[in-house]
Amino acid sequence: MLDVSTRNIDKKGVVIAIAGDVDLYSSPEVRKVIIDLTNKKTKNILVDLSRVSYMDSSGVATLVEGLQQVGKYGGKLILFGLEASVKEVFELSRLDKVFEIYPDEKTALDHLKK
Amino acid sequence: MSKEAIVQVRDLVTYYGKRQILKGVNLDIYRGEILVILGRSGCGKSTLLRHLIGLLKPTSGQILIKGQDITTMNEDEMREILKKIGMLFQGAALFNSMTVGENVALPLREHTQLEDSTIQIMTRIKLDLVGLSGFENFKPSQLSGGMKKRAGLARALAMDPEILFCDEPSAGLDPVVAMGIDQLILKLKNAFKMTIVVVTHELASVFTIADRIAMLHEGEIIFQGTPEEIKKSEHPVVQQFLNREADDVEPDREKYLSSLVKP
Repeated sequence: MLDVSTRNIDKKGVVIAIAGDVDLYSSPEVRKVIIDLTNKKTKNILVDLSRVSYMDSSGVATLVEGLQQVGKYGGKLILFGLEASVKEVFELSRLDKVFEIYPDEKTALDHLKK
Repeated sequence: MSKEAIVQVRDLVTYYGKRQILKGVNLDIYRGEILVILGRSGCGKSTLLRHLIGLLKPTSGQILIKGQDITTMNEDEMREILKKIGMLFQGAALFNSMTVGENVALPLREHTQLEDSTIQIMTRIKLDLVGLSGFENFKPSQLSGGMKKRAGLARALAMDPEILFCDEPSAGLDPVVAMGIDQLILKLKNAFKMTIVVVTHELASVFTIADRIAMLHEGEIIFQGTPEEIKKSEHPVVQQFLNREADDVEPDREKYLSSLVKP
């Protein structure tokens, strides 16, 4: 089971908290939330992956699509809290160089304020 | 930590007509390992592989994948199991009328409800993984043999399988290209902790990639062990294979003659 919830951090930003495995069957749920936010041109989207222990390439592709969408209007999509196994998936597809990835929410927010 | 057998083959027997091809095969494949099924042409190794992916049903015996017996499954149950399995066929088996990208995307389009935009990104990730970035719009006929194998591998990986089966992955490739495929198989194992089963008779490949080897001869497993152990095996057939010795053919004149003049 996958749980996806959103929480506003300020007028410009939203945290998407994902809990569960992100795979071929559950990633459309994540996509829907991300696309809703990018359609509203949400400036800063922070994705909390601290409760995701497994993510397959459909999950990664979903986040890449989100990154592509925010890029169109000058927004940001930032990831934080990745478990080692999930981080490895990004590293293998060399996407750790493409995404901004931070250890936790505080570090991610500090970076946004800079 | 004890090893988990992700595939268990139990007393597998199969016949083609009256000819017995597999004669009671027993084999465990452990999670995260590369198991090479080795054997001469016609020993039954490709037949065994076809049973492991449910393409053939045995005469008797069981094949348990993650504890479920696939030999008794109906089509729907089998389809669920196959989503966890990737298969690289001997000739790569790409559809020539489709582009490389469409070939890789095909399993995702057929078996998932993912949006096309997601599928396209996934396809590019897989092509990048096998070193074929930028070849998405090529037709298979425009690729070299090694590139076709890589594209076949990208398609086998499309659904993020837990178990990858490869039938003669280096057949027909020059040694340098074959080594490239072996390196790619090792990368997949190390990176994704994937369980990989490779059927081959290429010795160079065996000693590069295998964690364990099962040698099949005339439908029976005559050796199971590590690459180091097979080198020490005193089994005459194993020795003959490793030393690449031709069969010692003793002509039986009477038998040969009677086979030629048989009414």
